[in-house]
Amino acid sequence: MIVSVASGKGGTGKTLVATSLAISMAEREKVQLLDCDVEEPNDHLFLKPVITDREAVSMPVPRVDYARCNFCGECAQVCAYKAIAVVPGSVLVFDQLCHGCGACSYLCPRRAIVEESREMGVIESGVANGIDFVQGRLTVGEAMAVPVIRRVKAKIKRDLLAILDVSPGTSCPVVQAIEGSDYCLLVTEPTPFGLHDLELAVETVHQLGIPCGVIINRAVSGETLVHEYCLREGIPVLLEIPLDREIARLYSEGVTLAEGRPQWQAEFRAVYTKIEGVVHERSGRA
Amino acid sequence: MKEVAVLSGKGGTGKTSITGCFAALASKKVLADCDVDAADLHLLLQPVNRQSEEFWSGQLALIDEDKCTKCGLCQEQCRFNAIRNFKVNPTFCEGCGFCSRICPACAINMQDNLAGKWYISDTFYGPLVHARLGIAQENSGKLVALVRQHARKIAEAKGCTTIITDGPPGIGCPVISSLSGADLALLVTEPTVSGLHDLERIIGVCRHFKVPATVCINKYDINEEKSSIIEKYCTGNGVNVIGKIPFDTTVNSAVAHGIPLVEYKDSPAAGEIRKLWKSVNSLLSAN
Repeated sequence: MIVSVASGKGGTGKTLVATSLAISMAEREKVQLLDCDVEEPNDHLFLKPVITDREAVSMPVPRVDYARCNFCGECAQVCAYKAIAVVPGSVLVFDQLCHGCGACSYLCPRRAIVEESREMGVIESGVANGIDFVQGRLTVGEAMAVPVIRRVKAKIKRDLLAILDVSPGTSCPVVQAIEGSDYCLLVTEPTPFGLHDLELAVETVHQLGIPCGVIINRAVSGETLVHEYCLREGIPVLLEIPLDREIARLYSEGVTLAEGRPQWQAEFRAVYTKIEGVVHERSGRA
Repeated sequence: MKEVAVLSGKGGTGKTSITGCFAALASKKVLADCDVDAADLHLLLQPVNRQSEEFWSGQLALIDEDKCTKCGLCQEQCRFNAIRNFKVNPTFCEGCGFCSRICPACAINMQDNLAGKWYISDTFYGPLVHARLGIAQENSGKLVALVRQHARKIAEAKGCTTIITDGPPGIGCPVISSLSGADLALLVTEPTVSGLHDLERIIGVCRHFKVPATVCINKYDINEEKSSIIEKYCTGNGVNVIGKIPFDTTVNSAVAHGIPLVEYKDSPAAGEIRKLWKSVNSLLSAN
C-alpha cells in the first residue's frame, strides 16, 4: 500500500501528518516512510533516524572527446534543453540545463561524446523506531528535483505500508511523487489560501485517478470553509487537528504529534482504516 | 529600479501575507507572484485582469500508431521510462525528442505543449504580474522568468522604483528563477526545527547565486528559544535578522477577509511588518 501526503499550499502540516501516521501505524504493521520533498526534507528532524546507507544521485552529462569531435554541431542541434553550444574550436556544455536524456551522445556522428556522472543529490536510508526510513536531498544550488524523487521512489517496498511525504505545489515534482500511490492524503488549513491550493491539489490527484481524503490542520471550530468545499466535491474529511499553541510548540521542537500527544495515535490509525476501506473497495471493483 | 524576492525554503511561513502588506506599504511598485504553482497573492490583492497570455513551453512525444512497427527502440532508449507498450506517458515525458529522432519508422512526433497561462492585472496597490502553471507541468522556472521579465517591463514603462516578488517554497528550479539577479532576498522563517533547517538551505541558495539575503522570523514568540537559535545561526553566517513578527490572530482574519493585514487592522503583527518594510526599503536603496 502506498499512501502519499500532499497539500498544494506549503506549511499546512504534511510533515506532521506523515510522521505521526507512520509512528501510529508502526504499532500495528511494518511501515516505510519516504520523504519525497527533496528540496526541503524535514521528516528526519522529527523521526531522528539512524542513517545507515547513502547513495549519490547523479545525472549523466555529456563530455566531449576533442580527439574525435569535428564541431559539426549535431549535438547542439538535437539538445532540446539548449544545454550544448558549439563554437569554433570548442563545445560548451551547460550541466545545469542538461536533463541527461542521452540524445547527444547517441546521435553524435563521430561518437565523440561520452557521458559522465554529475552528482546532484543524495538518497539516505536508515531506521527510526522500527520504521524504514528513506529521504532524498537535492544539493543546494541544483534546480532539478525530479531525478532525486525518482530515486527515492525506487526504494519503495511494495509489501510494506509506504508513506510518501510530498513537496508543496502541483507541478512536476509533486506529480512524480504522487503518481502510483493507492491513496493521497491532502493536508490543508481552513484559510482562503489553504482552500484555494487544496482545490488545485484535488484537481491534480483527480487527473492522476488517485482517491483522496482531506485532513484539516489548525482547525477552528465554526470555520466551515473547507467542509463546505469537501461536501460539494464528495471528498471525505478524515481528520481535524485543532489550532492549538501547544501542538504548534511540540512541532517547533521537532516532536511528532503521535509521540507528544499519544492519544492521537488512535485517530491516525482510524484514518488509515478508512483509507484501507476505500482502497480495498476500489481494487475489488477493478 | 530594485527588486526584492520574498522566499522561505519551507512553505507556509507567511511569504504571501508579508508580500501583500508590502504591496500596500511600498510606493511606485510592481508586484510579481512567482509562486506559479500555487499562487495566492491574488486572494489578498483582488486583481482585475487586464491581459492574459498562454505559456507554451516544452514538447511532448506522440506515437502515431499507424506508423509504429513496435520495434521497441524508443522504449529501450528513453531515460525517463516515459514509453510503455508503445504509448507515451505525458507525466514522465520530458520532451527531449530523442525518441522522435531515432524512430526508424518516423512514427513519433513532438508536439508543442501548453504549459500554463500568465496574466497582467491591476490591483488597488499597483500592477500585478501572475501566472498559473498547468498541473503536472515542467518548466516552472521559465514561467517565473517570464513573470519577472514582464514585471520589469511594466516597472520601466511606469517609472516604478520597486519590484516586489512573492516566491515559491523550496530551493529548486522556480526558486532559483525567482531569485537570480534580484537585489535582495527576504527570507521568511519560523521558529521551528524545520524552519531553521530549511532556512539554512535557502541561505545556501542565495549565497550560491550571490544575492544578498536578510531574514525575518514570523511568529517568533511561538518558541522564543528556537528564535534565538535562528538569530545566532544567522549572525554566525553573516545574515541579519531584520524583523521579528509576533504570533497574532489578526493575520488569519486579514487573510480570511482577503485584505493585506496592514490595511485591515492595526495590530502587533501589523506594526512589526511596517517596520520590516522600512528596513527592507532602506536595504534596497542602500544596495
